[in-house]
Amino acid sequence: MDALLQFIFSGVTVGAVYALVALGFTIIYNASDVVNFAQGEFVMLGGMITVFAHQAGLPLPLAALLAILATAAIGVALNKLAIEPARGAPVVSLIIITIGASILIRGAAQLIFDKQLHRFPAFSGDDPIRVMGATILPQSLWVIGGALVVFFGLWLFFTRTLTGKAVLATANNRVAAQLVGINTSWVMTLSFGLSAAIGALAGVLVTPITLVAYDVGVGLALKGFAAAMLGGMGNPKGALVGGLALGLLEAMTAGYLSSQYKDAVAFIVILAVLFVMPQGIFGKKSTERV
Amino acid sequence: MEARRKWIQLAVLAALIAVLPFFFPSGYYYRVGALIFVNGLSVIGLVILIGYAGQISLGHAGFAGIGAYACALGPQHLGLHPGLALILGAVISGLLALLIGRPILRLKGYYLAVATLGFGILVSMLLTNERALTGGPDGISVEDLGLRALLRDLGWRISGGEFWYGASGIALLVGAWLALNLFDSPTGRAMRSLHGSEVAASTVGIDVARQKLRAFVISAVYASVAGSLLALQNGFITPDVAGFMHSIEMVTMAVLGGVGSVLGATLGAAILTLLPQVLTVFAEYEQLVLGAVMILVMIFLPQGLLPSIARRLRGRGE
Repeated sequence: MDALLQFIFSGVTVGAVYALVALGFTIIYNASDVVNFAQGEFVMLGGMITVFAHQAGLPLPLAALLAILATAAIGVALNKLAIEPARGAPVVSLIIITIGASILIRGAAQLIFDKQLHRFPAFSGDDPIRVMGATILPQSLWVIGGALVVFFGLWLFFTRTLTGKAVLATANNRVAAQLVGINTSWVMTLSFGLSAAIGALAGVLVTPITLVAYDVGVGLALKGFAAAMLGGMGNPKGALVGGLALGLLEAMTAGYLSSQYKDAVAFIVILAVLFVMPQGIFGKKSTERV
Repeated sequence: MEARRKWIQLAVLAALIAVLPFFFPSGYYYRVGALIFVNGLSVIGLVILIGYAGQISLGHAGFAGIGAYACALGPQHLGLHPGLALILGAVISGLLALLIGRPILRLKGYYLAVATLGFGILVSMLLTNERALTGGPDGISVEDLGLRALLRDLGWRISGGEFWYGASGIALLVGAWLALNLFDSPTGRAMRSLHGSEVAASTVGIDVARQKLRAFVISAVYASVAGSLLALQNGFITPDVAGFMHSIEMVTMAVLGGVGSVLGATLGAAILTLLPQVLTVFAEYEQLVLGAVMILVMIFLPQGLLPSIARRLRGRGE
């Protein structure tokens, strides 16, 4: 029982990170129909920039803020320089562009920073909290809390603000949105900035637990993409549930079956879900108009 | 495409393979050439899947891994001749593609991408984790094909590099010939019709699921044979051959050169194989340059290098 609770804690922590990455995927996908494979690099940048700004003497909160803003700017640049010029390109081309961007950012990070593993101190110390025989790190609570705040923040943004509704309108029908006067190009910019900022926030929150290096992005992008797909691409609720489910699944597999195959089970379940529900758990049923 | 153009393309390819060695300053270039041909072969498989049938796969390195490890494990555990192991690998890849292709190919776009990606990752994970069988992440040695010894006994002495340059070159030519034949065949036309519109294809009586599956199986066999040849010529193989990055490399090569064109795909394979060789001096910049090339080509030459160049030349001629 204690062991189960312990696995749940670690699963929810990892799952919260996947959920944040998946939310980033969802925002960009909704605004532009692009799956941004550089999403994992945003997480890496959030961690790395914080580490180096902190080492340079900035206090941690300021370093984290700087990292989030800088990453958001990089996200906007990615949209302006690589996505917008290729508007209307087929899916394969867009996949290659964003994977190219992820390789480019990784290469740049390796040059500008270094190839070492880094961390900075946890926000509320490293003393584990005991809950019913299991332990949880205070930083895990930060990660889980962060994911929940971002999720509800996004929910408020999309349902209660005019700008958020403009994003949803663009997602629904780009041309119609333009016709009613929505600046869809601004919506794209906003989405990339927002998505990059959320990725960077995930990096800031999780680095004290998992450490950060220039190449952590690939794995996170794959897991986040899988989580978003599991929940149904383009659905924020799906991203949250998909991320948490994936994290729990991995933790349970690592705990009860084999830690080597924890990543494998995640992909097996995703394949199984896609076979039964080709649109993901919360995905819209789509019918093709002839 | 009329028959004449097919033979022109094959002749160009054959001429390049035959003439290039005269310009090689050292034996090392045979190795690079052989690597280009092997990559070209697997990329031609993707031309059939992506370029003809319009389906994407981010997991084809998984099939290359199966081919490669068939050649490593077949001789060791089953006592098979490496050449037979290559065929066994191709058969396993084809059957596996047939088995998983049916449910996977119902998916579209990004969903198909994540499913194939998952498949590739599962294969590479199996190869990495089953240390007792595969040697784990450190890799495993591969028995020699023995063909070169045979040639030596017949009195023809050639170096390993030269042998593999020739053998992979021939494999590439055969692969290109089959793919070009397919292009104009009824099956090829049916496949290509899916690319335009699946609905339209099915209204004229094409079995969409069946054609997709065919393209998937054929491309899996191409990748598997290429993986086998890679393992045989290196004499050593690691699970990286089945890794996610290798899958991405393959798709990038295909799209870079021109995904609808066999010759273009070979050009893409050549460029991306040469890039790291040229950049060895600036090894730190390799990723930076690769990423930039991928983005720039997709933005400025969305049809891929060769079709874009061909169009420009034709435009000038008229």
